[in-house]
Amino acid sequence: MDAPHNPTPTNPSRFSASLKFTAAILLILATLAVPARFALWLLIPLVILCLLVLLSRIPLKPFLKRLLLVEPVLVGIAAFSLLQPGGGGVGGGQLFTLLLLRSTLCVIIMLLLAHTTPFHQIVTILRKLRVPGLLVTTLWLMHRYLNVLLEESQRMRRARRCRTFVPHRSHLWHTLSTVAGQLFIRSTSRAQRVYDAMCARGWNE
Amino acid sequence: MHIPDGFLDPKTALATGILAAAGLAVALRQTHKNLPRKQIPLLGLSAAFVFTAQMLNFPVAGGTSGHLIGAVLTAALLGPSAAVIVISCVLIVQCFMFADGGITTLGANIFNMALVGGVGGWTLYHLLTRIFPGLFGRILGATFAAWASTVLASIACAGQLAASGTVTWSLAFPTIAGIHALIGIGEGLITALVLAAIARTRPDLLGLPPETCPTTPSRVPCLTGQGPEGGRQACVDQPSAEKSSTPPSTSTPAPQPYASLLAYGLLITLGLALFISPLASTWPDGLDRAAQSLGFHHLESTTRPLPAPAPDYKIPGLPSGPLATSLTAALGSLLVFTLSYLLAHSLTRQTKSNPKH
Repeated sequence: MDAPHNPTPTNPSRFSASLKFTAAILLILATLAVPARFALWLLIPLVILCLLVLLSRIPLKPFLKRLLLVEPVLVGIAAFSLLQPGGGGVGGGQLFTLLLLRSTLCVIIMLLLAHTTPFHQIVTILRKLRVPGLLVTTLWLMHRYLNVLLEESQRMRRARRCRTFVPHRSHLWHTLSTVAGQLFIRSTSRAQRVYDAMCARGWNE
Repeated sequence: MHIPDGFLDPKTALATGILAAAGLAVALRQTHKNLPRKQIPLLGLSAAFVFTAQMLNFPVAGGTSGHLIGAVLTAALLGPSAAVIVISCVLIVQCFMFADGGITTLGANIFNMALVGGVGGWTLYHLLTRIFPGLFGRILGATFAAWASTVLASIACAGQLAASGTVTWSLAFPTIAGIHALIGIGEGLITALVLAAIARTRPDLLGLPPETCPTTPSRVPCLTGQGPEGGRQACVDQPSAEKSSTPPSTSTPAPQPYASLLAYGLLITLGLALFISPLASTWPDGLDRAAQSLGFHHLESTTRPLPAPAPDYKIPGLPSGPLATSLTAALGSLLVFTLSYLLAHSLTRQTKSNPKH
């Protein structure tokens, strides 16, 4: 999985976050409302969205990488419609096309939203939508400390490499789980310090 | 197991959305009431931890790799209500930052992984730790619960996909549950190893008395394995501030009032009753439902250009029918339980016989 991206202020980024958020949800709902008969019509918005992705000048490499990571899941679930009894015929094929096209379209919409809208803006929208405060605080802290913990795990990996050994394959599981365990312990002690710091800065939920 | 957008029909998406929102509301209320204010940052940090831990790739045979899912691990360390919030946050971030799991299916994903996986897994873990006390019971419980929660969540996922008419239940159920029964073994193994690693350094986080672990308090084993190959171990001195600033039992799960557990149980039962029981009772009707809901049931009588790979709703080579399914499930669970028992036994013995750390 990529490190969290850093949206650049390009074309779609000029619009307000809530506009993009609403547009993305409306587009997804519209996509889901297309009946099976008109499955191939979904190719039109697909082409338009691909053009929008190109025009928006967001970095293509992470975008395509995410898309390629998600796509096998879509194909896998959609392939069930071909395998079912009586599938492979017109019905199965049509269902497969519909499922694959509309899920791909939805993923591209969500990726476009993610790559043009920083996550903290999305959390702000969620807060405006009256999502409970505890959940919003957790999301905010999680987003804030994601990079910190990722760096911490990379530091631990680097430290392990510096200390000269290449672990045996069976040993690697043990090592990785120790890393995960240490990461949790460090998270709990960091949470304590974060709380102290938040209180020192007048945090009051 | 993340269901992407486009695979659930409106009624399933709406129903799972309502169930997930209700479950999340119970969890938030419960946490708000019971969790001390100073532990609120712990929820965010734990969510970040689960996300980071999911990026550690454990090598599996043939160049493939797997990673931790973390539902039972979180539930074992923080308790069920906090786990529901933590896993929901992870799912929300995965949805909005990585398009992993859809926005219209967010409710279904939260229901499957946070409620069925987290709370269901915690219940099993809690029961097993009551029967088998100490570190052994905790590792055994977590291993078995991690496997069972993965399988249960996948069954709920298959049920929702089938109720939407996306897949046929009789085909999707054995495939999805079968794949996740294998993934669950990895999940159980990783959960056990991580819990054992935490118990070596901070047994208090698992609600164990400090004497369970022979660790000297100022030294923390770091990164290298703790196995019998003692020559390869390395220890670093942890900064003393790190240790002293953390009071013992920072995240010992608070005792759960039975009202909230009852609420979770009701929600999960309601969800499973909605999605799975109609499918399980009328086995051959899945395709008819799918065809009718998608409006092409009139094509039913057309000739098949390809031979069906699974005619008459049977996977070739596997016995079918509800009895055979139950028997396979019982045997599988027994096998995994035995494996968990052996793993927990070897891990606790290893910790005890390795008092250097």
